[in-house]
Amino acid sequence: MEKITLASQLLQYFITGLTVGSVYAMVAVGFNIIYNVTEIINFAQGEFVMLGGLIMVFLHVAMGLSLILAFPATIVLVTLIGILIDRLAIRPIRCPSVLTLIIATIAVSIIIKGTASFIWGKNPFDLPAFSGRNPINILGAVIQPQYFWVIGFLVVTAVALSIFFDRTIMGKAMSACADNPNAASLVGINVKQMVLLSFALSAAIGAVAGITITPISLMEYDRGAMLAVKGFGAAILGGLGSFPGAILGGLIMGSIESFGAGLISSGYKDAFALIVLLVILFFKPSGLMGSVEISRIKRF
Amino acid sequence: MLRIAKLPIAVFALFIIVFPWIARQIPVIEHYTNIMVFVGIYCLITIGLSLLMGYAGQISIGHAAFFGIGAYVSGILTAKYGMNAWACMVIGMAIAAVVAALVGAPSLKLKGHYLAMATIAFGIIVFIIFNEEIEWTGGPDGMSGIPGLSLFGFEFNSVKRYYYLVWGFVLAVFIFTVNVIQSGTGRALRAIHASEPAASAMGVDVFRFKILVFVYSAVLASLAGSFYAHYLNFINPSTFDLFFSVKLLIMIALGGMHSIWGAIVGTGLITFLSNEWLRYFEEFEIIVYGAILLFVTVLLPDGLAGVPGVVKGWFRKQVSDER
Amino acid sequence: MTLKRISVIITICFFAIGLLVGQANALEGSYKVGAVFSVTGRASFLGDPEKKTVEMLAEKINATGGIKGKKLELVIYDDEGDATKCNLAVEKLITRDKVCAVIGPSLSGPSLAVISVAEKYETPLVSCAASYKIVYDEKTGKPYKWVFKTPQSDSMAVEAIYTHLKNRGINKIAIMSVTSGFGASGRSELIRLAPEFNMNIVADEKYGPKDTDMTAQLTKIKGVAPAAIVNWSIGPTQVTVTRNWRDLGMAGITLYQSHGFGSRKNIELASGAAEGVFCPLGACNIAELLPANHLQKSVTMDYMKNYMAKHNEPLSSFGGHSWDALMLVVDALKSVGCDKAAIRNYIENQKGFVGQHGLFSFSPDDHNGLTKDAFKMVIVKGDDWALVD
Repeated sequence: MEKITLASQLLQYFITGLTVGSVYAMVAVGFNIIYNVTEIINFAQGEFVMLGGLIMVFLHVAMGLSLILAFPATIVLVTLIGILIDRLAIRPIRCPSVLTLIIATIAVSIIIKGTASFIWGKNPFDLPAFSGRNPINILGAVIQPQYFWVIGFLVVTAVALSIFFDRTIMGKAMSACADNPNAASLVGINVKQMVLLSFALSAAIGAVAGITITPISLMEYDRGAMLAVKGFGAAILGGLGSFPGAILGGLIMGSIESFGAGLISSGYKDAFALIVLLVILFFKPSGLMGSVEISRIKRF
Repeated sequence: MLRIAKLPIAVFALFIIVFPWIARQIPVIEHYTNIMVFVGIYCLITIGLSLLMGYAGQISIGHAAFFGIGAYVSGILTAKYGMNAWACMVIGMAIAAVVAALVGAPSLKLKGHYLAMATIAFGIIVFIIFNEEIEWTGGPDGMSGIPGLSLFGFEFNSVKRYYYLVWGFVLAVFIFTVNVIQSGTGRALRAIHASEPAASAMGVDVFRFKILVFVYSAVLASLAGSFYAHYLNFINPSTFDLFFSVKLLIMIALGGMHSIWGAIVGTGLITFLSNEWLRYFEEFEIIVYGAILLFVTVLLPDGLAGVPGVVKGWFRKQVSDER
Repeated sequence: MTLKRISVIITICFFAIGLLVGQANALEGSYKVGAVFSVTGRASFLGDPEKKTVEMLAEKINATGGIKGKKLELVIYDDEGDATKCNLAVEKLITRDKVCAVIGPSLSGPSLAVISVAEKYETPLVSCAASYKIVYDEKTGKPYKWVFKTPQSDSMAVEAIYTHLKNRGINKIAIMSVTSGFGASGRSELIRLAPEFNMNIVADEKYGPKDTDMTAQLTKIKGVAPAAIVNWSIGPTQVTVTRNWRDLGMAGITLYQSHGFGSRKNIELASGAAEGVFCPLGACNIAELLPANHLQKSVTMDYMKNYMAKHNEPLSSFGGHSWDALMLVVDALKSVGCDKAAIRNYIENQKGFVGQHGLFSFSPDDHNGLTKDAFKMVIVKGDDWALVD
């Protein structure tokens, strides 16, 4: 077989990085939506991704639902779980402190993981790729069509969110909560409803990430935690609360891992991404695109 | 809860002293002494963390790394170079202190979630190093052949002996920490927790105190790591992963953030729950564990140390309702 | 203020709950065998089939009259892949449950963590983990007195693969491994044995056990153009590697998987990508392919049929390790009863025991009892293995 040129290799690393980064970015966006309204980091965010993948496998592969039907159905189911989490775990906490809420989300993630292992068992599951598995050759780099779906859905999510936050009343109300929750409730925004909505939204985005990545990487019950950590890193890198920051952060993390693994040392690839994150934080304590003013208002 | 009376400490010490004896009388809990050794080891970490988190208000989700540094320094130096175990323990603590100061200096300028992520990142990086530097650490398979502890020819080779050794250290650390809390340092820490600008306006060197507490908690975690390595005679990286850091966080939150007693109760409870009491649920263990955690957070946002307050409040309400 | 209440809480916790749930009721006239597996947690793909296997076996043994009229009572604990938990569990099995012998744990790390316990309490322990360190004391150069293991050492799998490569005239290879105990142990054996077989390792790539994509590592390997890749991993990552390898058009570079690939589930998950992949497997994975006169034919067919009928899932190689461990202990119990020292001596002198993964012949210098013949090279054809000669 022919040798691959360095340029093609670099392109391959770049596209792989973008794909993996897109998943991190979607998780990070999910973190931000909840953070903006509640100031908490929802550690169950990764579980939404896992659930998205596994429920999709169940509906599409086991139940035989077509892709077009199973996709929205999965998102609806995961969104419902997100709403349940708010109702059962977040809202009942009296006089919540940020740390208590975080522990509650950790507890929720443990419960979801345990339930998933009970329902689906411990084996990984596969999902057929959306448009086949015939790789496309671009300038010597080989790309699975599914990669484009992952990157594409990140773009769709980003566009949909920006329309939601800029053009709808509800979205503007949520942005108001993000800027200043006290002022928001003074002008009559129901903050509790917004919290509920934030959980629903970020669950839906997590589900999208899970559905699109499963054909590439398979999915099993305990994948959530690692994705949550990577996504959290991406959100912090971009600056908590900033959506462009989250997407940028995710893509940077993914690219560093990919280039790091390809060019330097694959054993330390996760460490590279984290070292870059630490260095950036030390110079820019509120992330790449985080606002210092807003982080002053936040308690946490 | 600034004042901590001497009597409870005495009662607690008495309980610790008689526990192995009680456990021996009841066959079904005979092995509890063994679990209590681990409770003691974890308590060393959580006491320090409680000072950092509950009193100084700084979060850390990376203390498994310091636990690991202690364990690996002790393990490598004793098993590979045959050095004196106690000296290694001190070396481990010194290394942990230096690392904590180096990492803490830039990190502790961060706030809230940013600090949390920075400590997570630090923890994962150290974990990766434990996994990758196979020449030194044995890699993911871990390293065995770490000798047990002995002092002047007295071998700590039984569960009971090790139990008293570890808990002796826990009590000493506990009393020292309580004294710190009751001193000016403790007041400074609480001031930092309440409001950093206010504390700094009152002349508290906020940054120095934060680093000091961070280093103190890291040193304790390292000490715990050394004890762990010499007790198990074996260490592998997965003991020191992110999930252990999260577990430490849960221990402290469950027990009650603002009380050192809470740290001890939380540590005991979580250790027993995850190693013993929930075994009977088998496949459901993890779900039950999560549910208990959720119930405690929902019902007792201040942790178990908040129980007396809740009970008191409920009782007062009953009384006033009757009137 | 908190003195009384907290001491009350502590007391209640320790005694009430402890007594409530801690009721151990030993059956009279039964042989107790302890087992520790990673049933949940990061290595559940090992512990899960292992637990199912021994439970199935115990049921069958007890249904057919037990061991010399006594029932076999299994006490199974889950260590969640954690060394601390494993240590506590084994200590408890020995001191509280008073078992005759312990089988497990599933992972090498926890196994190494309990050697000192087995030695201290002089209880035979038959590990289901692969690392040679479990049965090799570096200080004495001999096996630990009380510890045995049933899985083939990684070196045997490496030898099988290298022998096959050499016969095909390949010596320029790339290796890939997952950064878990399984991968790291395989990697170190691959590197250690390379000079012996004249193998030139031109790339040494790694990935995490929860990674989603290994395209970057494979692209790098593609760049150095080896003649074969040896991948050492377990769980979903080995399927991802296979798929990425196929996608990147690297089928010209032969892919060798470790024995961790030994489940038809993996072929299925790779959805066609695994065609032409080589891997070394123990007899229990390829029971149907064995010739009728093969010594292991009947035990492996038996196990495969029973397991698949009961659990409705493809057999993995890991259940076979616990089969071997339990049946070795049961065999000893049949002969010598519940006498720890006698069980140990019996296993140490066991010769030609027909197990799932080979014919076990132990000796004071060998507490594993297998040779590299325990592995057969197979190739993926369609949705099944085919023997390679």
